[in-house]
Amino acid sequence: VEPRLFAGRPLAAGSEPLTEHLARLGPPSPGRPELMDVLEASGLLGRGGASFPVGRKWQTVAQRGGGDSRVLANGAEGEPLSAKDRTLMALRPHLVLDGALLAADAVGAREVVLYVGGAHHHARAALARALKERTASRHRMPARVRLVIAPDAYVAGEESAAVHFVNDADARPTSIPPRPFERGIAGRPTLVQNVETLAHVALIARFGDAWYRQAGLSRTPGTALVTVHGVAQPGVREIELGARLGDLAASWGVSQAHTRAVLVGGYFGAWLSRGAAWSATLDPLVMRDQGIAYGAGAIWFLSAADCGVAATARIMDFMASQSAAQCGPCVFGLRSISDSLASIAAGRASFTDVDRLRRWGNELVGRGACRHPDGAAGLLASALSVFADEFDAHIRHRRCTATAGGRVA
Amino acid sequence: MARPSRGRGRPAMRLPELAPRHRSPRLAVDRIRCDGRGLCAELLPELIDLDDWGYPIIRESAIPPSLETLARRAVASCPVLALRIELPNAA
Repeated sequence: VEPRLFAGRPLAAGSEPLTEHLARLGPPSPGRPELMDVLEASGLLGRGGASFPVGRKWQTVAQRGGGDSRVLANGAEGEPLSAKDRTLMALRPHLVLDGALLAADAVGAREVVLYVGGAHHHARAALARALKERTASRHRMPARVRLVIAPDAYVAGEESAAVHFVNDADARPTSIPPRPFERGIAGRPTLVQNVETLAHVALIARFGDAWYRQAGLSRTPGTALVTVHGVAQPGVREIELGARLGDLAASWGVSQAHTRAVLVGGYFGAWLSRGAAWSATLDPLVMRDQGIAYGAGAIWFLSAADCGVAATARIMDFMASQSAAQCGPCVFGLRSISDSLASIAAGRASFTDVDRLRRWGNELVGRGACRHPDGAAGLLASALSVFADEFDAHIRHRRCTATAGGRVA
Repeated sequence: MARPSRGRGRPAMRLPELAPRHRSPRLAVDRIRCDGRGLCAELLPELIDLDDWGYPIIRESAIPPSLETLARRAVASCPVLALRIELPNAA
């Protein structure tokens, strides 16, 4: 597929300056109200993880905002397996800015907050430089733009946490309702939109919805940035949505025989057996119907030489450590699940522990202010199913069938 | 400007709501406020269980009419005001 977000200068050449951006794409037309119809017709879905229809979200904020709403461009990207947002912000900052300003125009926002993860140094520098370029060239700015550095925590990018941090310097999720589109920054209806989503908007505003739909091999149109791990050259790639994961794996040089399982959707996602993974369609709508989260497009090929139980235990330890520590079920549930997984991985557990683990996971769903526990529960359920034989072996034989020599983690 | 076309023969996308709708009064817990005192499960065991750490699990969020009085009492008894009843918002 022809790259869209990554069209232009080679990625190794770094951040695209404003002059080059404008020479290549021309100025975007201002964010007219019709843009929201174009977005709805484009079928663009949010790329932050929830895959919510973008046109619908903008219309809701525009209606509620009465000309005084806010836009938060979310570039927190706390997911450890994702690097696509920071890469995009670093290399194509003006696409993100275009999208954010178009959003401000369309939904009637007086202020745009660029919310960028503290650890994403190249992205921060590129956006700051891009803002300076626009000010210096007297580029039309329909709204104030403010760069806010997000704390380096997994849940800081959750939308209510992001709004909370901008308002009160506290990046913990808040109870909903109200959701940000009802009451967000400065108490105003707020459009929280992932930065990759906004970059696609910048292109759709120029080339239209029919152009956008020319890419896409299944139900969800367009291209997407994905972050790939466990391949010869890990990193961020632009793919056509609806592609078969097995075809992508082949193009990335991964062999099915050397793969134990594949984690799709990042730490919020699910393990797929290598068979299921190779035939999977990388498409948010298709995957949702199959009960799999597309998430933010992070993919990890777990090598056949690695242990799925131990890998899941490490992820769950991270998820437990990243709880905002506000909701009891998340605080105690995730820590207990993590400890239990660690003892199973170490060959120190019984079948009772696995049954209890399964119950704890089921009980977690829907019991946090945010979806952090739900994400962990989904990952756990997929591990118990995909690695069922490995869990069994760790308990029955107190040994790991995956790693050389059967030594437990 | 004419409304843009909806694509070429693709099925119309199902558009979810930003906020879910429901048709009967429902029990809800503010998970941040809740600190697991457990009174709600004592007063309303028909709808509420406790997990291994004493935090409520709403088994059934829709409140049947026969339990509305008890549900209101459980809400009023929560020492940290974490339990609430959400009224129907469906059109």
